Amino acid sequence: MQGKPIATNRQVTGVPTGKLAIWWLLASEIVIFGGILAAYIMHRIGHVEFGGYAAHTNVWAGGINTFVLLSSSLCAVLAHQAAEKGDGKKAFKLLWMTIAGGGIFLVIKSLEWTYEITHGLTLQSNPFWHFYYVAAGVHASHVIAGMIAMAVVSFRAKKNEELQRVELVGIYWHFVDIVWIFLFPLLYIAK
Amino acid sequence: MDDIATPEIHGDDGSTVAAPPAHDDGHHSEHHEEGFVRKYLWSCDHKVICMQYLLTGMVMAAIGGFMAYAFRMQLAFPGQEVPLFGYVTSATYNALVTNHGTIMIFWVAMPVLIAAFGNYLIPLMLGCDDMVFPRLNRLSYQVFLLSVVVLLSAFFVEGGAFGGAWTAYPPLSAKAEYSLTPLGSTLWVIAVALEFVAFLMGGINFITTTMNSRAPGMKLWDIPMVVWMIVIASILFMASVGPLVAGAIMLVFDQQLGTGFFDPNRGGDPILWQHLFWFFGHPEVYVVLLPAMGIVAEVITTFSRKKLFAYKIVLYTAIATGILSFFVWAHHQFISGIDPRMANIFTVTTVLISVPLAEMMFVYIATLYGGSIRLATPMLWALGFLGTFLIGGVTGIFLGASGADIYMHDTYFVLAHFHYTFYPIAIIGVFAGLTYWYPKMFGRHMNEFWGKVHFWITIIAFNGIFLPLFILGMAGQHRRIYDFSNYPNLSEPWMWDMRQFATISLVVMLIAQPIFLINFFGSMFKGKKAGRNPYNANTLEWVAPSPPGHGNFEELPSCYRGPYEYSHPDREQDFWPQNEPG
Repeated sequence: MQGKPIATNRQVTGVPTGKLAIWWLLASEIVIFGGILAAYIMHRIGHVEFGGYAAHTNVWAGGINTFVLLSSSLCAVLAHQAAEKGDGKKAFKLLWMTIAGGGIFLVIKSLEWTYEITHGLTLQSNPFWHFYYVAAGVHASHVIAGMIAMAVVSFRAKKNEELQRVELVGIYWHFVDIVWIFLFPLLYIAK
Repeated sequence: MDDIATPEIHGDDGSTVAAPPAHDDGHHSEHHEEGFVRKYLWSCDHKVICMQYLLTGMVMAAIGGFMAYAFRMQLAFPGQEVPLFGYVTSATYNALVTNHGTIMIFWVAMPVLIAAFGNYLIPLMLGCDDMVFPRLNRLSYQVFLLSVVVLLSAFFVEGGAFGGAWTAYPPLSAKAEYSLTPLGSTLWVIAVALEFVAFLMGGINFITTTMNSRAPGMKLWDIPMVVWMIVIASILFMASVGPLVAGAIMLVFDQQLGTGFFDPNRGGDPILWQHLFWFFGHPEVYVVLLPAMGIVAEVITTFSRKKLFAYKIVLYTAIATGILSFFVWAHHQFISGIDPRMANIFTVTTVLISVPLAEMMFVYIATLYGGSIRLATPMLWALGFLGTFLIGGVTGIFLGASGADIYMHDTYFVLAHFHYTFYPIAIIGVFAGLTYWYPKMFGRHMNEFWGKVHFWITIIAFNGIFLPLFILGMAGQHRRIYDFSNYPNLSEPWMWDMRQFATISLVVMLIAQPIFLINFFGSMFKGKKAGRNPYNANTLEWVAPSPPGHGNFEELPSCYRGPYEYSHPDREQDFWPQNEPG
């Protein structure tokens, strides 16, 4: 691998380039989820029957998952704190606790989906379930992407290299978290 | 990713930039020999990536142009065998029209105007050695190349390529029973989505490079206009494409997994797609327009030896255009059954958006006024851009008015209108840029005489294609017809004359393009050698050697003033490079 170009290390704005990039990445993600959610909300307003379909979702599973994701975000914050102090090993452990949180989230989600699909509430059922699976599915793919990114960062962090990246994956993970904070009430609670 | 532990010291002293921290392991070593693959195919160098985008874009332009030739021949001489192509069936016709539109916008205008020029110009004009994320940049091109393969592979699958127009309105695009392209339509959506991913990655690179890696001393108002325009375009793209990415996911699910997002029989809504598509689709026009406007700004200041008239006004109007472009999309849906009260609002915003663009036009004309104009080839293209784009802009006002649009909608008037916008952008603007920066890119000049011959044939033939189509559109000629001889009211002799005139003009234009290609590729070896700054221009790319080597500059420049200090009264020379102290 070649060295980084000088351009990468310049900091005209005073904000590190990596952080700028992650915020622009989130900006582009916000409009993607914004598109899905806006489409869902417009459908929701136009179709009273959505409330009845939403009653079939499992609020407990969604609620526990909200708790799991929020706790994992706490680990991401602690990992950032450890990285700031230069403690790459601790950041490594905390990142893996965050990844574990993502893993638990996905397991609960799979169990929930398995139950729903075996009870006839499938992707093809009606527009509510289309949105339910697609919105949560796109979110879940972001959870998986975040877990992979954290794993990659963690191994460098363990060697005390590129510790600033711990914060950057943390920012991404909080975003994934916040998307869920929007999805949970819209898909589960609003009946 | 960057390294906050070792930020560069960016003092006033240019020498501090030359010594990056420990990461520089032989990056600037001239002795470092690389194989062909690493140098040209797997390179992270922004100039090589520019060439990859540029050449891919040129190949796609040839494919898209050939498609236009085939279906224009069918329209002018229906049912006859098209030389070099064969018979155009109705299904082939649909696939050709659809892919011509898709290719020209997403695989020609975007990669050449934004990706190729952005990659080449941003690091050079900002005075740095590369993009901030070179590997992300390489990945961006690779994803783009993958999207090309996916798009073109649709022509070879069962059922053929997608034929539901580049706007892909459901239910036609959502159901194989309607589109008759069970695989082609899905490949089309996937290719478009991959292309978006590529440009999101590229856009993040462009924006962050411009924000963080400018030469020491380069303030916001010292950034050359073309860089500003590419950055604003990247932000627009990033802010508008999301809903269509979401829409693309839904459309693929509708096509392949049995959902009914856009199926009214199952509670879905086909208009939803139109909103998601045009929420992106209209800003997209400005995404490609703004870089072309930026290129023209560079060319006309250099060749009229004048300061850009009202730099900040151009910038503000570009930003105003960008913001307004998010509030005009439903003017594509005036006859889609939207609420007429909503049509009123969108008429107002649509007509309003022509104000900042007209402002930009006036500013450019004011820049030309009183300048020492030299009609070199790039300048001819730049002036050609202003003239033709003006026609495109003015005809847009007719269509933006919802009342008039009810008559004009889906006629050749619309078609001629948007070709009078996109052609100046994607072809004329690109030729202006390529001929202007050619000496920097390859270290040699193109042939001026053949450049002018190519310009005149292309510009006259272009007008020959689309002026008749305006008239046919006013006479009611509908866009989506494969064979006009089936429609007696569209089969009057004068109409056939106009159709054939347009098609012959197209053939003339296509035949003229090898002049450019020979000039372009031949001059790389045979052209007159160019110095560092053949036009006596001010911006930083002219400080670097022609062509710039790996790392761009021998010593990274600092910036002391704005980019357009031409004919300054206190100086003997009529230019004042940005990097010259004092």
